[in-house]
Amino acid sequence: MAEMKPQDRMKIPRQPMPNQDGTVRRGNFEEVALGYAEETARKEAERCLQCKKPACVEGCPVGVLIPDFIKALREGDMAKAVEAMKMKNNLPAICGRVCPQESQCEGRCIVGKKGEPVAIGRLERFVGDFELANRTCPLEKAPATGKKVAVVGSGPAGLTCAVDVAREGHKVTLFESLHGPGGVLVYGIPEFRLPKGVVLGEINYAVQCLGIDIRTDHVIGRTITLDELLTDYDAVFLGTGAGLPSFIRIPGINLNGVMSANEFLTRVNLMKAYLFPDYDTPVKAGKKVAVVGAGNVAMDAARCSARIQSLQAKQSGGDPGEVHIVYRRSKEEIPARAEEVHHAEEEGIIFDLLTNPVEIIGGSNGRVTGMRCIRMQLGEPDASGRRKPVPIPGSEFEMAVDTVIMALGTSPNPLVFVDAEGLERTRHGTAVADTATGRTKKQRVWAGGDVVTGAATVISAMGAGKRAAADINKFLKGETAPW
Amino acid sequence: MYKILEKQTLSDVTKLMVIHAPHVAQKARAGQFIIIRIDENGERVPLTIADFDRKAGAITIIFQEVGKSTMQLGALKVGDAVSTFVGPLGHPTEVTDFGSVICVGGGVGIAPIYPIARALKEAGNTVISIIGARNKDLLFWEDKMRAVSDELHICTDDGSYGRKALVTDPLKEILEDKTRSIAKIWAIGPAIMMKFVSSATKPFNVPTIVSLNTVMIDGTGMCGGCRVLLEDGARFVCVDGPEFDGHKVDWTNLLSRLQFYRDEEKAAVEHYKHTCNLDKAMAEGGK
Ligand SMILES: Cc1cc2nc3c(=O)[nH]c(=O)nc-3n(C[C@H](O)[C@H](O)[C@H](O)COP(=O)(O)OP(=O)(O)OC[C@H]3O[C@@H](n4cnc5c(N)ncnc54)[C@H](O)[C@@H]3O)c2cc1C
Ligand SMILES: Cc1cc2nc3c(=O)[nH]c(=O)nc-3n(C[C@H](O)[C@H](O)[C@H](O)COP(=O)(O)OP(=O)(O)OC[C@H]3O[C@@H](n4cnc5c(N)ncnc54)[C@H](O)[C@@H]3O)c2cc1C
Ligand code: SF4
Ligand code: SF4
Ligand code: FES
Repeated sequence: MAEMKPQDRMKIPRQPMPNQDGTVRRGNFEEVALGYAEETARKEAERCLQCKKPACVEGCPVGVLIPDFIKALREGDMAKAVEAMKMKNNLPAICGRVCPQESQCEGRCIVGKKGEPVAIGRLERFVGDFELANRTCPLEKAPATGKKVAVVGSGPAGLTCAVDVAREGHKVTLFESLHGPGGVLVYGIPEFRLPKGVVLGEINYAVQCLGIDIRTDHVIGRTITLDELLTDYDAVFLGTGAGLPSFIRIPGINLNGVMSANEFLTRVNLMKAYLFPDYDTPVKAGKKVAVVGAGNVAMDAARCSARIQSLQAKQSGGDPGEVHIVYRRSKEEIPARAEEVHHAEEEGIIFDLLTNPVEIIGGSNGRVTGMRCIRMQLGEPDASGRRKPVPIPGSEFEMAVDTVIMALGTSPNPLVFVDAEGLERTRHGTAVADTATGRTKKQRVWAGGDVVTGAATVISAMGAGKRAAADINKFLKGETAPW
Repeated sequence: MYKILEKQTLSDVTKLMVIHAPHVAQKARAGQFIIIRIDENGERVPLTIADFDRKAGAITIIFQEVGKSTMQLGALKVGDAVSTFVGPLGHPTEVTDFGSVICVGGGVGIAPIYPIARALKEAGNTVISIIGARNKDLLFWEDKMRAVSDELHICTDDGSYGRKALVTDPLKEILEDKTRSIAKIWAIGPAIMMKFVSSATKPFNVPTIVSLNTVMIDGTGMCGGCRVLLEDGARFVCVDGPEFDGHKVDWTNLLSRLQFYRDEEKAAVEHYKHTCNLDKAMAEGGK
């Protein structure tokens, strides 16, 4: 078959992703985006121009070999596609689903300059899902070195680091404070966006193929301290994330019905409150929910609220209610992934933009009855380059709400820093670590992911875990000096 | 899985269990707590460490059956196991020689006050203890408390044992007694009791430490569900506590937050009893 001309490739339309219908999915927790069929994936792959200097790769925080995996995919060589992918990215089935592609790889794709970019994320998911379904343990394993490594935290940073270190034959123990591994992938991001089976696939691989010992229920800093770990292990990696929620300082923040997005999402995702009373943890999503913030966390909280409302209305009859996103800037500045915003709109979430809460109001029983807000307008650009929202005087108004979910960012959980002499932190509470190697200021301790950067992305956490693993492996071989 | 090594019934609704959890026993100290989850469908329930045995790798918990999870836990037998057991969480009690101290334990709060009283006694304090419950059947550990106290006062609401009084009555009398000088007070029990103890001691200006039992999920600082309002802002009970200065706590807010899931808690108990009866009926039907 003659090689297709670039002009012809550019004529192929971007292949749509089949989705569960908006009104139907508001009433269930099943995955929204259903994934490409093989034929569609191959067709989408044909759109890639195989650029000599691929801009898309520069847009990816870990430099996935995008043209290579896409070429293998369109030639039908899935094994090769997986291999190309795995050079840089351990978790394609996850990143393909949750990366903000529009501001990373796809945002730079040359095809996107004229039309719509190649659907790199969807193709990545296709390759990742193929691998999960067909993966077998590698036949050859590196011989045991007798070295021991402790990895703290089982989110994308910790999991990736653990896998890459274990591959070299070191004995890895992964400590996790919650009762199940996975970090934000399990307790934060909901099932309908990232099925837990996908995360479990990665975890099972780590345990069954690489013999990684996962110790849940271990809070480092309380159950065991970092300094104690260092007496038993040759190296320690900290991937403890940024799980501490912030609450804004406005009156009424401790009323019943005000909660952090982390509390709400943990109840729903980790504790499966949507299956109450078969599962014991309850959750309340009132009839009128306001989610404050507009990042991925806010979108997840809003979309989970809508689902809980629908499920509860199905049981008790009546109207499910409404969910609002309250955000102080305009639509353009919304930091969430474009796809999530679009999906939220399809599911009937109401966006109250240029609006900021000033007070939460409660009734005599201490429960939320409303939220006073003020309208905002965009002024001069601030330090982040985004136009700064300023309140419009005299524009205050009251919204009747019974639930307020705060999704205003998180910072690193401080427990891991207890009894960790010499582990330096910034004033934002993040660990100080070298970007290239992950080395902290403390001997034999590496760190990466949200605990270093503050709340960021899955792919950047995974990349940090991978870089630290490479440096730990070198260190354990004696190729680099201690510091 | 964490095995139940021992079980005792202290009263109709109060049970003691010794659970095998060496990772927790290694570090446990008075004043700290654990989080337990019975099975894969279970919720994460915080319970105070009532005692620990590092050698045996065991933790003692004492709980009152007030809702679905504690009823289900109470129905387990020696040899059964639970899915999750995390800890020790929170800060341990600060124990030094203060002089004369008072330890107040109300209801199931007698369990967590015991290791604190013991540690205070060992540190050289003169320990005055006051324990109380609604009635005689709910009282336990009188002998253990007596063994670590220089003076023990016992009250019941209905007068079925000890003095017919609330724990705040002997407390006020001791504080009013000019011949004594009390350096510090610990009070653990139902929130309403801790509230009244705090308001009773405030006029005497004696530092009063309470151990708060807010609603919790993770117990590691991740959700903020456990937050309490103090005079100078909110705190997370699981990480910053569980002990706080009782004079600074916003008790109205605390009490109202404890009520928030009351309807769901009732529904959970009904669901539990219903499925239990179904199980029973099925078992009988199968005979
Ligand atoms: C609701 C939500 C939605 C998101 N959506 C997206 C998205 O769509 N796309 C995207 O790219 N990113 C998204 N993010 C961000 C992304 O999930 C994080 O950046 C990423 O998970 C960080 O990975 P990590 O490994 O550093 O930490 P985490 O995933 O936070 O994992 C840290 C783990 O360490 C454990 N831990 C913490 N302290 C201790 C301790 N002392 N001892 C033992 N264990 C400890 C925690 O329990 C946790 O399991 C989202 C985040 C949230 C909260
Ligand atoms: C740090 C900490 C330490 C704790 N330590 C202990 C402990 O050592 N022992 C212990 O028994 N509990 C302790 N608690 C409280 C315990 O966690 C709750 O009682 C438990 O979660 C109840 O779960 P449940 O499902 O059985 O009841 P749920 O249905 O979840 O809740 C019932 C709630 O209603 C209230 N309630 C209902 N009926 C009664 C009643 N008759 N009398 C008093 N209150 C009632 C209680 O406040 C209880 O929390 C502690 C809590 C915290 C935060
Ligand atoms: S890892 Fe994320 S940014 Fe990189 S290519 Fe894949 S989807 Fe794009
Ligand atoms: S920039 Fe776009 S077209 Fe070029 S290689 Fe990357 S995905 Fe293919
Ligand atoms: S219980 Fe979640 S922060 Fe305290």
